Amino acid sequence: MDRRRFLRLGLLSAGVPLAGRINGISWAANPSVATPASTTAAAVASPYAHLLILVELKGANDGLNTVIPYSDPLYAQLRPKIAIARDQVLALSEREGLHPSLNPLMPLWQNKELAVIQGVGYPKPNLSHFRSIEIWDTASNSEEYLGAGWLARTFAAMPTPFQFAADGIVVGSSDMGPLSGPQVRTIALADTRQFLQQARLAKPDGDQRNAALKHILGVESEIVHAAAKLNTNYAFKTEFPKNNFGNQIRTASQLVASNAGMATIRLTLSGFDTHAGQLGTQANLLKDLAEGLAALKASLTELNRWDSTTIMTYSEFGRRPKENQSGGTDHGTASAHFVMGGSVKGGLYGQAPQLSRLDGNGNLPFAVDFRSLYATVIDKWWRGDSSKILGGKFDTLDLLSA
Amino acid sequence: MNRQKILRHRIKAGIAPMSFLLCFFLFFLSGLSVAAQPTIGADGARHLLNRAGFSASADEINLFAALSRSDAADKLLKAVNPIAVTPPPEWANDEPPVQKKLQARTREEQQALQKMNNEHAQELREWWFHEMMVTPSPLTEKMTLFWHNHFATSQQKVKFTPFLYQQNTMLRRNAMGNFGTMLREVARDPAMLIYLDGANSRKEQPNENFAREVMELFTLGEGHYTEKDIKEAARAFTGWSVDRDTGQFMFRRGIHDYGMKTVFNKSGNFEGDEIIDLLLAKPETAEFITRKLWKEFISPMPDEMDVKRMAAIFKNSGYNIAKLMKIMLTSDAFYAPLNRAVLIKSPVEFVVGTLKTFDIQAPNLRTFVIAGALLGQNLFTPPNVKGWPGGEVWINSATLLGRKQLLDRLFTNEDRIDMTLRNIDEMAMRNGDQPPAGREARMQRQLQKQMGTVNWNLDKWALHYQQTRGAAALQDLTRVVLAIAPQAALSVSENPSDWVRQLVADPAYQLK
Repeated sequence: MDRRRFLRLGLLSAGVPLAGRINGISWAANPSVATPASTTAAAVASPYAHLLILVELKGANDGLNTVIPYSDPLYAQLRPKIAIARDQVLALSEREGLHPSLNPLMPLWQNKELAVIQGVGYPKPNLSHFRSIEIWDTASNSEEYLGAGWLARTFAAMPTPFQFAADGIVVGSSDMGPLSGPQVRTIALADTRQFLQQARLAKPDGDQRNAALKHILGVESEIVHAAAKLNTNYAFKTEFPKNNFGNQIRTASQLVASNAGMATIRLTLSGFDTHAGQLGTQANLLKDLAEGLAALKASLTELNRWDSTTIMTYSEFGRRPKENQSGGTDHGTASAHFVMGGSVKGGLYGQAPQLSRLDGNGNLPFAVDFRSLYATVIDKWWRGDSSKILGGKFDTLDLLSA
Repeated sequence: MNRQKILRHRIKAGIAPMSFLLCFFLFFLSGLSVAAQPTIGADGARHLLNRAGFSASADEINLFAALSRSDAADKLLKAVNPIAVTPPPEWANDEPPVQKKLQARTREEQQALQKMNNEHAQELREWWFHEMMVTPSPLTEKMTLFWHNHFATSQQKVKFTPFLYQQNTMLRRNAMGNFGTMLREVARDPAMLIYLDGANSRKEQPNENFAREVMELFTLGEGHYTEKDIKEAARAFTGWSVDRDTGQFMFRRGIHDYGMKTVFNKSGNFEGDEIIDLLLAKPETAEFITRKLWKEFISPMPDEMDVKRMAAIFKNSGYNIAKLMKIMLTSDAFYAPLNRAVLIKSPVEFVVGTLKTFDIQAPNLRTFVIAGALLGQNLFTPPNVKGWPGGEVWINSATLLGRKQLLDRLFTNEDRIDMTLRNIDEMAMRNGDQPPAGREARMQRQLQKQMGTVNWNLDKWALHYQQTRGAAALQDLTRVVLAIAPQAALSVSENPSDWVRQLVADPAYQLK
């Protein structure tokens, strides 16, 4: 529990009306009843008018069958059973193309709103799910243990406006990932309506008699604070896929429509640990992913938030280029990721898979440090200084027109 | 016969003046010691029993309230139980699967093996929960939990679950014993040798993982060793391995480095045990352990002067853990009003404590094991080698609402509470791990299989409580349930079950 969070929440519990002028900017009295305007009043004045939606592909998505180097003969050689047939690949260039399940993303590609970054990884890769996702979540070096997530550190360095419902909202997971840390207001929920019901159990009142109570009351306040701003009132024209990830997309869309203020939303699609029988499993997962993201584009467009939202995928690592005996793939290293949104400069970034340059474990070398993606978000999307937050200077990618 | 009478009697008997003085002096001393050992009282008893255990019933509080600090601590220390009373799972002492077969195994066989290991891990967690529920010495379990977190080892990597059972048995046996002995056993423990890659560490390529963690996490703490110390110490532990047939510790001469090593500026043909001697010789080790135990049992902010004082006694005792715990559990800091209710219950303390406080009999503990996991603490699966960070990290919006929801569900007035389908399942849903894959989804599926019905009724419990406690019931009840006065102003109720429901919903219920 930090002072910053309490100062902000304290205004609420002390009954200070939200309307007024702070730092020369006037604030809306009750943003939760606002119509789905482009942004909240608070957000207009803040770099966090720009929303980041993270999509975690949990279990380690196989990048090589997601963005396929179909013209490289080594690709088919390494994967006699599970290579995607050349005529099914959705070509992005003469070298690479998308898995056919990603067809719903093709309109974004054609609109130049989809950036494909190949070869994302980090030095001295760790092949444990738990350790590697921790490295991604905390933006640490391979052998460094950091306590707080990279987004938590970002919001500690560059606070969000106090009217925001939260710094970030985690949808569909109880693991806070990049939003875990002592100085961050994170709300986790699966379903907005259910959260609003449960939030009635929160009891934020009373004296902060010691640090532990102060922390608990802080979390109780965060729940109440967020619950007061979130709602499920907006009726979407967009149809959301009727599956778990579709529900997460619907929840995320409702959160944005609440106009409650939040800098980031994190979604999680699980099941990518395809050690056996990969073809069918990954095809289904990528279909869920692409349909969900296409629906998200539709709903954000409906809310007039598409241009002020950037969506980014991430995963603990990629998978091994050579298929295993069970029609699956084992833990690997570098992988391909997507960045999309109305302000994204679509196209190919990074480096195509170097299938002839595998390491001793048969894994790919990386070309783009994952922290370059984070630096791009912090420096370009939120106009911050990533070098302080990420503990070093990482090159940004020129993929945002913000 | 009181002392004055003895005194008079002895004067009459013509005892020499010297003896008279001595008697008087003894009398004076005994009077002093009576004055210096007041009883801990009901609040002190409540505090001690909850910190050194999971709960305190009104009867237990009464029993301990009349004791001095020293007698109360002795009573807990005397009860320490180096062997669990719950019979081990039947597979607990299985030998590891034959090595040759491991390589020849088909995918299906491997998956079946993994499934079995995961099922065993779940049974092992239930076994431990059961032990925490029924043990005559909750302090033993609190200490074993502490050492499990200190020597964090995860089933995710070790896989073969009997190794984790054996480690847990070893930690419990040493939990209140000698820290040096425990450290030597940890260094030879098969689960640890696998978890920190010692089992494959050889002369030509020493693995530094154990050597690093034994310094950083198990003894000295960061800043008290160099990278060179780690490299050199790693050589001393080469060849410390596991016999894959028997599952026992095995020293492999052929891959051990017998050469000269230099650690902490001392040179010699050190063996692993001598490295441990060097670590134990450093005052930082005693201080590191004392500081960590302080954070577990006293407060989040150790008093450095006091830590150094206790650590010196700990080290001079040859690392007698019971002796250190006696000092801690009788210290002024432990009983200081400022240090009451300043620690956040871990998920396991929260779940087991709730079951014990309210005598909730669950025919199947798996539901509660999974609840603990969803709230952030899956036993035998710490997040990494550092263990669970604990403290404020336990509480975020998801876990706090999860805790409240679990309570909300338990404290309804139904005769048979269905803990799976509606409530915990909703809690599990927050993990949203569908399509079913991965660890959390596995837990969800298990939840649906294990229909955890709990036969417990708050009204009946409260009525029984009121009948046995009489007029003092409400006040007693507050002390039993909360470590400090409730946070919110509660609505006055003569109905104990209303009162309990308000107490457990209070933020103060998360504290110990």
